[in-house]
Amino acid sequence: MPLFEVFVRSRRGLDHQHVGSLRADDAEMALQYAREIYTRRREGISIWVVRSADITASQEEDAPAFFEPAADKPYRDATYYELPKEVKNL
Amino acid sequence: MSLLPAVVALGDDALVLGQRLSEWCGKAPLLEEEMAMANTALDFLGRARLYYGYANTLGGRDEDGYTFHRDAREYTNLLLFELPGADFAAATARQFLVDAFDELHSAELANSADATLADIGAKVHKEATYHRCHSAAWMVRLGDGTDESRRRMQQALEDVWGYRQELFVNAPAEQPLVEQGILPDRAELRAAWQEAVATTLAEATLTVPAASWAVKGGRQGIHTEHLGVMLAELQHLSRSHPGAKW
Amino acid sequence: MAAASDEFQARIDREERIEPQDWMPEGYRRTLVRQISQHAHSEVIGMQPEGGWISRAPSLERKVILLAKVQDEGGHGLYLYGAAETLGVSRDELIDAMHTGKAKYSSIFNYPALTWADVGAIGWLVDSAAIVNQVPLQRCSYGPYARAMMRICKEESFHQRQGYDIMLALARGSAAQREMAQDALNRWWWPTLMMFGPSDADSIHSSQSFAWKIKRYGNDELRQKFIDQAVPQAEVLGLKIPDDDLQWDAATGHYRIGAIDWDEFQQVVSGNGPCSRQRLAHHRQVQEDGAWVREAVAVHAAKHRAGSDGPKAAARNSDTAQEGRADAAV
Repeated sequence: MPLFEVFVRSRRGLDHQHVGSLRADDAEMALQYAREIYTRRREGISIWVVRSADITASQEEDAPAFFEPAADKPYRDATYYELPKEVKNL
Repeated sequence: MSLLPAVVALGDDALVLGQRLSEWCGKAPLLEEEMAMANTALDFLGRARLYYGYANTLGGRDEDGYTFHRDAREYTNLLLFELPGADFAAATARQFLVDAFDELHSAELANSADATLADIGAKVHKEATYHRCHSAAWMVRLGDGTDESRRRMQQALEDVWGYRQELFVNAPAEQPLVEQGILPDRAELRAAWQEAVATTLAEATLTVPAASWAVKGGRQGIHTEHLGVMLAELQHLSRSHPGAKW
Repeated sequence: MAAASDEFQARIDREERIEPQDWMPEGYRRTLVRQISQHAHSEVIGMQPEGGWISRAPSLERKVILLAKVQDEGGHGLYLYGAAETLGVSRDELIDAMHTGKAKYSSIFNYPALTWADVGAIGWLVDSAAIVNQVPLQRCSYGPYARAMMRICKEESFHQRQGYDIMLALARGSAAQREMAQDALNRWWWPTLMMFGPSDADSIHSSQSFAWKIKRYGNDELRQKFIDQAVPQAEVLGLKIPDDDLQWDAATGHYRIGAIDWDEFQQVVSGNGPCSRQRLAHHRQVQEDGAWVREAVAVHAAKHRAGSDGPKAAARNSDTAQEGRADAAV
């Protein structure tokens, strides 16, 4: 039985978040089981289920090439810029 | 005519099926379905508590009085609800027939002239809509699965089919309440139920059984032999310690 | 590989979590599979002793509480199987390993639940002990396990309370009920203390697990924490802990207990507990009974995958699913 990943939106205004996985044979069944398993205590108002096999994940060995180039661009962060104390609302 | 026995009867339906469903705890064919069956059981037991709670305000006993201190002859649930459903095919077939009925019945009950029953009806309707969706999906999966699963489901349907008739009968005591708009008219739900069931069975590649037999007696306390055994287990501890608080 | 291994340990030392796609030593993976699957099996097998009392619960309210509680254990089993599956083993393989005796589950569930008070004692003692064990696991170095433990700990807190609540009602009840409660405490106390496992000095898995931050406290330390909590709780119930050597040690600020019967523990762990065979036989039987259902579901799904473009996207009405960030991508 294929593995599905479950994403739950806990309330309006928030993103869906990954909460766990389950086994089901099709998406409809996965959606029902996600409801039974991951929203027993009113944890959600919306659910996504995705076949785990359909997820393409970045790999550990790619991490330097993927993510380190972003590390030398601190000028993308607001904290990079020093402002005179008297400047407000910027 | 008093409302009390009619409310207790609805509570009894919910209680005995809640008990049957809870017997599946630790026995479901997959762990995910284990969770689903327990949720359904909790919905049915919750329903029983709502009906018994209402009965209590109408001058009846409390929920444990109804649950633990009546014998089988005093229970007035319909027979369909008390059947053992001991294998997954039988449990699923019974559940689907009940859910399809409850979805229709609760929609009408939500319009009851009695405000409390209308509230319960509205709550049950949400649960029953989901339950029917879940049990119908199982009918389709198992009907249109392997040869073995189709054979088992068809047999389970045949075995339970004669118990459906009671769903559509207003007990003599209930008839005046139907006329006052307090209870749904069960006879009027039959056509919509048959259509809903036939649609799912067609999708499940199952055959609607021949309508040749019918068993009845639940509302009069004439039960299957299974109920007494169920109650022996359900009640023994409570009855072994009269007056005890738990 | 030495570099990868150094980086792995450095990451753990920095209190960073290890995630499924990361390189990890084979021993780390094996240890986690063993521990997480043992934990998952314990949740699922643990449904049996209490589950047997759902049909007999003495009030309707106790019935729904117990059903919800036992259902939670099943859910916890699912979360944990999911965490184990991120390590590249399937749930079926894990369950086979339990059926053949290669994988264990907690020794405590091999004792029988004989009376209603046992349901209270299990919730109070066994779940309290489990929580003492599980709270530090929320900081386990392996991310999926730590996250599953957070979810479990959040849900578990009601379990011990409902157990204690049952004990309270019995303790305040009739003489027969009080006797039932004392009897349950007598039978569950020592097996609960054994749940924490042998003394660290005698434990075969400990030292490497500490270095990998899979384990953060020793068995004796956790056992002591549990004892210090449970003894005053028993006093409130007016029940006597079945240990004549139990005494408060003012110098250390801890209770001292008598000797644990480790021979009994070894017997139970090696599959000779009072209910060991019954528990496994039940689990196997359920698997066998459900085989035709699982087979039908698979065949049905295959038919319908062939007939269409596959299942409809669940997210069809919402904004597009963002980049996948699931743990279990393999």
